[in-house]
Amino acid sequence: MITRSAHEMANALESGEITSEKLTQDHLDRIAAVDGEVHAFLYVDTEGALSQARAVDAARAKGEKVGPLAGVPLALKDVMVQKGVPTTAGSKILEGWRPPYDATVVTKLKSAGIVILGKTNMDEFAMGSSTENSAYGPTHNPWDLTRIPGGSGGGSSAALAAFEAPLAIGTDTGGSIRQPAAVTGTVGVKPTYGGVSRYGLIAFSSSLDQAGPCARTVLDTALLHEAIAGHDPKDATSIDAPVPQVVKAAREGDVKGMKIGVVKELNGDGYQTGVRSRFEESLELLAKAGAEIVEVSCPNFEYALAAYYLIAPSECSSNLARFDAMRYGMRVGDDNGASAEIVMNLTREVGFGREVKRRIILGTYALSSGYYDAYYGSAQKVRTLIMQDFTNAFSSADVLVSPTCPTTAFKIGEKADDPLAMYLNDIATIPVNMAGIGGMSLPCGLAPEDGLPVGFQVMSPAMQDQRMYSVGAALEAALLSQWGAPLLSQIPALAGAK
Amino acid sequence: MSLSYEDVIAKYEPVLGLEVHVELNTNSKMFCGCATAFGAEPNTQTCPVCLGMPGALPVVNEKAIESSILIGLALHCSVTPFSRFSRKNYFYPDMPKNFQISQYDEPICVNGYVDVEIETEEGPKKFRIEIERVHMEEDTGKSLHMGGATGRIHGADYSLLDFNRAGIPLVEIVTKIVPGTGKYAPEVAKAYVAELRDILRSLGVSDVRMEQGSLRCDANVSLRLIGAETLGTRSETKNVNSLRSVERAVRGEMIRHAELLEKGQRVVQETRHFQEDSGLTRSGRSKEQAEDYRYFPEPDLVPVEPDAAWIEKLRASLPEQPTLRRKRLQAEWSVPEKEMAAMINADALDIVETTVKLGADPAKARSWWLGEISRIANERDIALPELPITAKDVAAIVALVSQGQLTDKLARQVVEGVINGEGTPEHVIQARGLKVVSDESALMVAIEKAIEAQPETAEKVRNGHIPAAGALIGAVMKETKGQADAARVRELLLSHLGQ
Repeated sequence: MITRSAHEMANALESGEITSEKLTQDHLDRIAAVDGEVHAFLYVDTEGALSQARAVDAARAKGEKVGPLAGVPLALKDVMVQKGVPTTAGSKILEGWRPPYDATVVTKLKSAGIVILGKTNMDEFAMGSSTENSAYGPTHNPWDLTRIPGGSGGGSSAALAAFEAPLAIGTDTGGSIRQPAAVTGTVGVKPTYGGVSRYGLIAFSSSLDQAGPCARTVLDTALLHEAIAGHDPKDATSIDAPVPQVVKAAREGDVKGMKIGVVKELNGDGYQTGVRSRFEESLELLAKAGAEIVEVSCPNFEYALAAYYLIAPSECSSNLARFDAMRYGMRVGDDNGASAEIVMNLTREVGFGREVKRRIILGTYALSSGYYDAYYGSAQKVRTLIMQDFTNAFSSADVLVSPTCPTTAFKIGEKADDPLAMYLNDIATIPVNMAGIGGMSLPCGLAPEDGLPVGFQVMSPAMQDQRMYSVGAALEAALLSQWGAPLLSQIPALAGAK
Repeated sequence: MSLSYEDVIAKYEPVLGLEVHVELNTNSKMFCGCATAFGAEPNTQTCPVCLGMPGALPVVNEKAIESSILIGLALHCSVTPFSRFSRKNYFYPDMPKNFQISQYDEPICVNGYVDVEIETEEGPKKFRIEIERVHMEEDTGKSLHMGGATGRIHGADYSLLDFNRAGIPLVEIVTKIVPGTGKYAPEVAKAYVAELRDILRSLGVSDVRMEQGSLRCDANVSLRLIGAETLGTRSETKNVNSLRSVERAVRGEMIRHAELLEKGQRVVQETRHFQEDSGLTRSGRSKEQAEDYRYFPEPDLVPVEPDAAWIEKLRASLPEQPTLRRKRLQAEWSVPEKEMAAMINADALDIVETTVKLGADPAKARSWWLGEISRIANERDIALPELPITAKDVAAIVALVSQGQLTDKLARQVVEGVINGEGTPEHVIQARGLKVVSDESALMVAIEKAIEAQPETAEKVRNGHIPAAGALIGAVMKETKGQADAARVRELLLSHLGQ
């Protein structure tokens, strides 16, 4: 049962083939068996999950109308606050903190009857591309435990690939949903900025952060997307408009007559051979399915990475200022004689990891008077140029596509001491965040040279998220008929599984 | 060296700059739904948003925007079609997010003015104070430094934090530099804050209670030699909690600056704290090294783009300007300047106007409020509008007196009764049995009794010596325990004695 899709599990629950309690217990057992190897979870909420599952079973037994995913388990990225459940955002500074409130996404999950199994590992405050920056140790890629599962949401994607959960919530600031999906052979969607509420998402970079759905199939991702999306009066940047019809698009998977734009700048040099070949093959499949493939150019994407590494650190330097030991979380050096300032300093020194400190310092510098215009100001201008590139590109294509990442999963430790090399991994995902549009990654095969999953990225204009689901579903169907079974059926068995 | 104020103004010209913070009286905070009532138990009016919990997000209170626009319009500002919130970043334990959401380079209202008039030896003199900007921000929490002698952070054993105030909407009104006030600088500063207070009160957007901190003034003062072009170094005095203190703080700073300059020393650019008891200021945070607040646009909020039609609707709803209203009322009531000033000082204008609107004669309404009722207010050390007696009560009492149902003396007892919580004027009259004795036969009995007791006096009156009637009237009033109408007694008495 645990290897099925969430949609299939939902059908089994609906038909009475299985109860949510049993399904949840199966997943908890799987976590107990394999998470020692994978380390996808920071906290497993056994009691909370089972009681939620029983409540859904009871509602169903009473004949109450429940949501399409009611009773299906989910893994929640630890950057989302859940009332009463330890939430750390992968940082020591929040160790032991139990939030007094639910994020809007969590409220929506609960009301949809989706069972929250626990909190997944991540790079500290979502800063990283490998989950190696977690203060609680790295997550291992289930395809190859010596490799990274991507980041920052490596815990969520690894949980999906290891069949510890059929659904997961991620957040994507520069690719933290899509890159982990790509390197673990799973599906991840960053919705249009403002499409899913950020209330209760511990902020890294407010103007770039976006929560989104992760799953093993395009349809599952769409079902979860609809469960969490929609206007939230608690988030001023949330869009007050109907949710795009992503489930309908995912069911139909129709790309006939659709123009698919290949972004010239997001391919070629610096992209692994196997990544390029799988990407090219996918384009052919889409053409066969009736889409028209065109090439588009986005010349300003070249500056996206540099601008991102000014905007995101600037906002994080301010967002993370609240972690000061005064009201919650860790407190260091409070010996009844130390001043508040000393306690704040000591706590931040001990509580934050290296990458977080690096970005706080970078951002503090970029916002300083005398440097603001040259750094933060220029970066915002680049952002406008990138938006213009997208507007131009979308005038000649309905969606844009590229490989999600330049490479497959790298080795744990391989880039840990080279932040620039690490940052380059997000080169194809960052422009989407800069423009606030939607982006999806879905698996398009294994790279022949290393046998590791390759991600295919689809980008759609703001609030046209359904388009990427149409393309994703069409490609997924074409690939499935070629492979005969989902890609994840090829994943090596974990030692704990038997 | 100790300089007199005259010495200072003979040589130096003061330049003012006034920043006034106004707490808006919205029901909820600037960016969350928490209550804003003053004086609640510490940390009971808080939520994840105003506590800066991880993940919480601000949402702008529309009512606060409306109040800010009203303030801008009343100060003759233009409302900007696009304004934004920024983050002002600095660490302080009572600031939950360690940044304050405030408007920075794109405020909601700009370029206005306030005219004030002060009394001088040469008669009334008008000054125009130009307003640079009106912007919105959130208040911080409060630190209470415990232990130690001063209540200040230095020397305290520990500090307590109260976040009830965190996120209360504030509007900051900043003047352009105000030169040209010369020796009147302290009075002009006071008059400006008073005028602002009256305007804000007339708009109903704030409680404007300086003693509770809902109106706070920071006074920037610098001196330059008379005739000089360049500005001197300024000091910024905070903690100025009354109108009188505004005047004292400006005067005190002028003298302090001049003394430093005369000694050949320089004025330090710094924040100073006004000491209510001594009228002096003490040094606070130095601003010599401008703190870098790393302002940047608040990414969690969208820009404020008020609809032009909404602005015009608000403009049309503006109440009469307090100065114009004062002039109008003064003319309508034909009140002498001095009494008008007394009424304003006693904060009695609104209540007198309401009393008049309820039918009372303006002179009577004024004399009750400024006379007997003010006396009781002073006695009890309560502000006039806080006394438990309403305009309606006073209008009723005035009506009863004019109908002859109460004498002034009885009416005073009714006022006292109402203030003591004995109920409406009618209740007090009933309960205390204060009706005027208007039954003429009863009055005649008392008159006869008085004549009988003082036959010689009565004879004098009969013989045309009218002033002698006073003693007899007095006796009648005494007999009727003051509940008779003295004028009527006089009429009856004189006619009874053939006059």
